[in-house]
Amino acid sequence: MQPFRYIRAQNVEHAATLLQQQDGRARILAGGTDLIVALRERRIAAELLIDIKGVPEVDELTYDAHDGLRLGAAVPCHRIYRHADVLRHYPGIVDAASLIGGVQIQGRASLGGNLCNASPAADSIPALIVHSAICDIALPQTRRRVPVEEFCVAPGKTVLARGEFLASLHLPPPPPGFGAAYLRFIPRNEMDIAVVGVGASVQLDADRRHIVAARIALGAVAPTPLFVPEAGAALLGAAPDDAVFARAAELAQAAARPITDMRGTAEFRRHLVGVLTRRALAKAVERASK
Amino acid sequence: MTTPASPYKVIGSRPLRPDGVDKVTGRAIYGADVRLPGMLYGKVLRSPHAHARIVAIDVSAALALRGVRAVVTAQDMPTIGDKIADLGESTVNLRYTSNNLLAHDKVLYYGHAVAAVAAENIHIAEEALALIKVEYAVLPHVLDGKAAMAPDAPILLDDLRTNELGKRGDRPTNVAEHFRHQRGDLAKGFAEADVIVERTFHTATVHQGYIEPQNATALWNEDDQVLVWCSTQGAFSVQEQLAELLQIPISRVTVTPTEIGGGFGGKINVYLEPLAALLSRKAGHRPVKLVMTRAEVLAATGPTSGSHIRVKMGARRDGVITAAEAELIYEAGAYPGSPVGAGSGVIFAPYRLDNVQVDGYDVVVNRPKAAAYRAPGGTNAVFAAETVVDELAEKLSLDPIDFRLRNAVREGDRRVDGPEYKRIGFIETLEAARNHPHYTAPLTGKHRGRGVAAGFWFNWGGKSSATATVNADGAVNLIEGSTDIGGSRASIAMQLAETLGIPYEDIRPQVAGTASVGYNDVTGGSRTTFGTGWAVYEVGNKLLAEMRQRAAEYWDAPVESVTVANGVFTHNGDAMTFRELASKLDVPVTASASVHPQSYGPGFGVHIVDVEVDVETGKVSILRYTAAQDVGRAIHPSYVEGQLQGGAAQGIGWALNEEYVYDDQGRLLNASLLDYRMPTALDLPMIDTVLVEVHNPGHPYGVRGVGEVPIVPPAAAVANAIYHAIGVRMTELPMSPARIIAAIEKSRSGLG
Repeated sequence: MQPFRYIRAQNVEHAATLLQQQDGRARILAGGTDLIVALRERRIAAELLIDIKGVPEVDELTYDAHDGLRLGAAVPCHRIYRHADVLRHYPGIVDAASLIGGVQIQGRASLGGNLCNASPAADSIPALIVHSAICDIALPQTRRRVPVEEFCVAPGKTVLARGEFLASLHLPPPPPGFGAAYLRFIPRNEMDIAVVGVGASVQLDADRRHIVAARIALGAVAPTPLFVPEAGAALLGAAPDDAVFARAAELAQAAARPITDMRGTAEFRRHLVGVLTRRALAKAVERASK
Repeated sequence: MTTPASPYKVIGSRPLRPDGVDKVTGRAIYGADVRLPGMLYGKVLRSPHAHARIVAIDVSAALALRGVRAVVTAQDMPTIGDKIADLGESTVNLRYTSNNLLAHDKVLYYGHAVAAVAAENIHIAEEALALIKVEYAVLPHVLDGKAAMAPDAPILLDDLRTNELGKRGDRPTNVAEHFRHQRGDLAKGFAEADVIVERTFHTATVHQGYIEPQNATALWNEDDQVLVWCSTQGAFSVQEQLAELLQIPISRVTVTPTEIGGGFGGKINVYLEPLAALLSRKAGHRPVKLVMTRAEVLAATGPTSGSHIRVKMGARRDGVITAAEAELIYEAGAYPGSPVGAGSGVIFAPYRLDNVQVDGYDVVVNRPKAAAYRAPGGTNAVFAAETVVDELAEKLSLDPIDFRLRNAVREGDRRVDGPEYKRIGFIETLEAARNHPHYTAPLTGKHRGRGVAAGFWFNWGGKSSATATVNADGAVNLIEGSTDIGGSRASIAMQLAETLGIPYEDIRPQVAGTASVGYNDVTGGSRTTFGTGWAVYEVGNKLLAEMRQRAAEYWDAPVESVTVANGVFTHNGDAMTFRELASKLDVPVTASASVHPQSYGPGFGVHIVDVEVDVETGKVSILRYTAAQDVGRAIHPSYVEGQLQGGAAQGIGWALNEEYVYDDQGRLLNASLLDYRMPTALDLPMIDTVLVEVHNPGHPYGVRGVGEVPIVPPAAAVANAIYHAIGVRMTELPMSPARIIAAIEKSRSGLG
């Protein structure tokens, strides 16, 4: 590990200014569960770490029935999955935040960090996609907003330009009849990276008989987490049953572009996309029906 | 199961372990905790290639870095000729060991050590590694044992010739040895069979997975005394290896063992100790500490062999096995010495066989050199054999335990590799399993199945020494040289307490180094409670004799008139406790003993497991697990149970998810505990144990080794359970979700 400087940012502008001044030699530090490991293993180098955990907006977690959820980029998982409004309205987020790491990791790791780490297998990203999250990206004087499905561009790479950082996420309030779920497959029951992850959300009509909206997103089967609009579209107007789930699952399988690596073969991953899409949809519908 | 009433006071009880408080409070000193004044920190540069010739190494830039004190390469190692060293659980050619420590002319696997540096701190040492320039000429590599046997396979060791059934071959090869055990007439045996099953199996390379990484701190003193602190299964073995590898007299080497965070056979071979010593000498006689990262542990230490095994067995309708044949190809890693010999002894050990043949092949491949791993070679061999046994029982419509009972070995039977059994407890263990409520409990639900498998391990005696001294307060200090990995300080102290007739709490055991106690073989081969237990039994008897003499002097009576029982000395109506006598000693009482007992008894285990298979994802859940084992006499039953549970847990990991994954360049991809998937606490149920106590008549307290047997049956038991759950025979380890799905699909398409 190489020596680096550490500064605790006072506010978003302070962090953004520091980041811009350093011109690529600084890194944003939230929970550090990916960053510190990468520095120790010399996979990345940094001269300055800018800690944003003390920045009010970045540490904020608030829900409003009109605006939805404001999720600061550095809010750790344990605060997310214990938050009453998150538990009530964002079940896919709860699924993902509860799966990331063990209890100690969940005490530090944030969804913002998970997103910026841009792993194709990140558990939170398919869940954020099916909850239609928007990324709020900060520069010293300005902001820009990007749908979460467009945030990752390659393994470890995001749309963040030099000097930009992710300040918070905005998740719209769920409409009536909404349900979501995130499932991942791991060979063990703990301590694994997803071989495949699938997020699904549905909105049922007033009598809970037909699907009026659906989103499906996949993890670990492409260079980035993958939003599959055509799989969601296949569900529109349909009654939620195994046959229609299977049709959506086939479309998800067709969209997947998995590789073979130490965590699974391409063939097995494609198979799992089918299984998990069906199961995630069933769970989302079950939650929507309540 | 019935256990005869115990004649003992201490043996069979469950006292606290002497090292418990230090361990739970974090005070215990492990290898990485060693700190000496002026200590330097070292790092090892490792090969990024699976197979390459080293053209040149330039260390000048590394040496020029501020804070770097020494760099060593193979050129700093003495030249070693061929010499075979016995490490207890395996033998090694020390020339190969030397080449494995620091690659001489070629790197033979990804992670092979090439150079080492010592610097003022670990960060500088890391920086220095990046400055060492190694020029490689990359060679074609071979990872698979069968592929390495092909005539056109890349050759790893130019001088290697096959020892072909005792004759030296004349061509370069990767096959170090082919041996055969045989008895009877195979053709006749198979002709008598009503049912024959033949299958081929493949098992992956797996690692011991001890939690503490390898470490070593060494000081090469100005007077050429070499002092080493490390966590090892055998300080004397480290001492011997260092003396040979560094070509210095053994008396110049002092090895002090620290607490050890697991070994399972993997902490017998040296990896870092010689490098730390050479760095220390080169760095101006400053102490140097080397500690591996987890990635280094997985890439360059351990593992045990991947294997290809073919088993063919035949049986008559009445349930008698008439013939058995096996061929075992074990991957030794980069240098010869896989556990194929042990695997060949284990594979059919539980059964009486008149017509049998076992062929073993030891094959080098571009993987890390295999090290001993808990019942080395046993788990994979038995995975193959016990799957075939299960299938035979099924084809004969016999209960799998009854079928095994029909063929079970007993006293007087001979193993295929020669030795005749003395008193063993296989039949009792099978009966205990059959009578266990688990075996008869209903198992309902979809895709659930129950499997059983048996397993064997030789166990070992080895050499042990111990010394004890009597304190003024009557407590006894016990100095032993057996590294305590599985609670042996307690089980050894209990045997001394029993011998002396004093409370366990009055024994103060301590594990000492090579300078402080007589020679001890490694803690390995399931020998320590047996062998070192025997040593303290001798020590105890010597102490008692000496104390009796002192009592006689005190009473001014002939020694024959003093009797001793239960820690009380009596003479003519007078009585004195051990403690009272201790307080009256003018001259200290000390006793030592060294033993080399041969009458160790082998052990057998029978495991029962219930699984559930998710047939959509291929994931296997262990619902219930019971391990029954002949344990001789359980000195400390909790620690014996712990051994059975730990062995089962490791075996389940081997069965389900553990494997080395390489890319097409031969680079190890999963050198982390995230991606080398050992089971976690959430993956296992409570493992039930049944201790079957068939005492070993060859030990004063009836002890048999217990630590290795329990890793032998699990993979086969789980495979058999999976078969009974989903009707698919698994012939590959690990039985990972992807392999289960592939096997289900193959079977559905009619190819299975």
